[in-house]
Amino acid sequence: MAANSEFNHAADVKGMIQKNKQSKSIQGKLEKVIPILLFLFAIISILTTVGIVVTLLAETIEFFKRVPIWDFFTGTVLKPLSQNPQFGVLPLINGTIISSIIAMLVAGPIGIMAAIYLSEYASDRVRRVLKPLLELLAGIPTIVYGFFAFTFVTPLIRSIWPGVEATNILSPGIVMGIMIIPMIASLSEDAMTSVPNSIREGALGLGATKLETTFKVVIPAALSGIIASFVLGISRAIGETMIVTIASGSSKNFTFDITESMQTMTAYIVEVSGGEAAAGSTIYYSLYAVAMTLFVFTLLMNLLARFVSRKFREEY
Amino acid sequence: MSLATVKENVSMAKNQSNAVISTSTVNGIVFDTKDLNLWYGETHALKEINLTIHEKEVTAIIGPSGCGKSTYLKTLNRMVELVPSVRTTGVITYKGKSILDKAFKVEDLRTHVGMVFQKPNPFPKSIYDNIAYGPRIHGIRNKKILDEIVEKSLRGAYIWDEVKDRLKENAYGLSGGQQQRLCIARTLAIEPDVILMDEPTSALDPKSTLKIEDLVQELKRNYSIIIVTHNMQQAARISDRTAFFLDGEVIEFNDTDTIFTNPYDKRTEDYISGRFG
Repeated sequence: MAANSEFNHAADVKGMIQKNKQSKSIQGKLEKVIPILLFLFAIISILTTVGIVVTLLAETIEFFKRVPIWDFFTGTVLKPLSQNPQFGVLPLINGTIISSIIAMLVAGPIGIMAAIYLSEYASDRVRRVLKPLLELLAGIPTIVYGFFAFTFVTPLIRSIWPGVEATNILSPGIVMGIMIIPMIASLSEDAMTSVPNSIREGALGLGATKLETTFKVVIPAALSGIIASFVLGISRAIGETMIVTIASGSSKNFTFDITESMQTMTAYIVEVSGGEAAAGSTIYYSLYAVAMTLFVFTLLMNLLARFVSRKFREEY
Repeated sequence: MSLATVKENVSMAKNQSNAVISTSTVNGIVFDTKDLNLWYGETHALKEINLTIHEKEVTAIIGPSGCGKSTYLKTLNRMVELVPSVRTTGVITYKGKSILDKAFKVEDLRTHVGMVFQKPNPFPKSIYDNIAYGPRIHGIRNKKILDEIVEKSLRGAYIWDEVKDRLKENAYGLSGGQQQRLCIARTLAIEPDVILMDEPTSALDPKSTLKIEDLVQELKRNYSIIIVTHNMQQAARISDRTAFFLDGEVIEFNDTDTIFTNPYDKRTEDYISGRFG
């Protein structure tokens, strides 16, 4: 055998390939089957989303059979557990929007300043240390942030501004903002860092100062990425649950007073699904209606993010 | 307001921040470099450079890759300082004022000494905004004056006819050669005295290259131009004086005709006859 293979080497290789080709019929099948499997894995998340939407939609329709859609979207009173329950969603939408605005007022300016510093001013060494540290903030579980809001930030605010209630929307709004800072800083920094250096040199070569270069060339060039980071931040704020559940209480007030307790859509879902919502009751179905509203909100935000990042793109 | 007052406006804006730069030259010399040494970290990139750049002439700097010619050019508007580890000794005077002093404001220097880069680098903005950027950062906001500046600069760079109907379009829609002329127009918009060109045609096709070369000939009536080039024929065609750099030293600096017909240094002769480089 050994001698044979030494002398008829070429013939052996040919024979082996020939032999292997016959067994290739199995491989041929694999070549066809595996892409189909891969495709199935790829559409799992899409199917899941579709499944969620279908479930939401079905239960939401059931809810609107009991509570008129008009009353739901224009009602300012939410009393799901009262003898004479009312299901106006506006207090929840209001709470969601106000907490998101507070969060963005904190996260927007701080995030973008941090991004400008990291991208334009920090030395490589500083950036290599700071950026991962900043991104570490994003890894803190939101329940920890919620606890931080309730046990640290709220007392702090109350010591300065005694009129603030023990549960209020201001404190979780601020903490949500802190939570979103790394996201905005990191994504905006990516957008600004990817602006080619040659463009900065062009501006500096015209006698522009570093600030003029940053604000009139780099930021406009990175604007699509910066805006996209903002919109993603907003959508994160809208979907945030634990922080507001813990620190903002469950008052269903329809108010614009940030010192008071408010409930967001997400916190309502937590409260009701943790409570005594018997399957089939109106309050049970209201969960789905609120979840659907929330879903539409975040969907719109994500579509907006796509739209603005295309619209404001400065090609380079 | 007329265009004559535009120049006044620009120089007024310049003078407000720093009054040291005069408008007249000393004996027709724009830049005078004395014993310039430059290091990138430990690398000695420029060694004892002595050069004088004359007003309203084209000075070409030639030499093989890595000889320090781009570094020298970028020292003239202190763009070289963007590399953090740079260190210099020696003196460069621009119209009699020493520019390497840390106290000398680089922004003022760069408003007088414009630069065109190796690769066209327009801003990702409209053609109009590209030109108007320089005047705007120097405080010119009047729309009518800006319109005038934009037209004059684009005409000055011989690109007006090609872009006049699409001023609002993104500059990145232009061809490479057009982009480079746009960058030259952008430099002209703040009416500098000197234009530094760092291999401005190395990324362009022959036809665009020819256009830029013609443009340089036109520009030298009003501007002093220093051009770094890899292309010796280009230096011979367009420059009045040529400096030959090798390993961070100036080997020979003379009238272009003399350099190309009768160089006194053997290394210059070897380089221009294509024996190395």
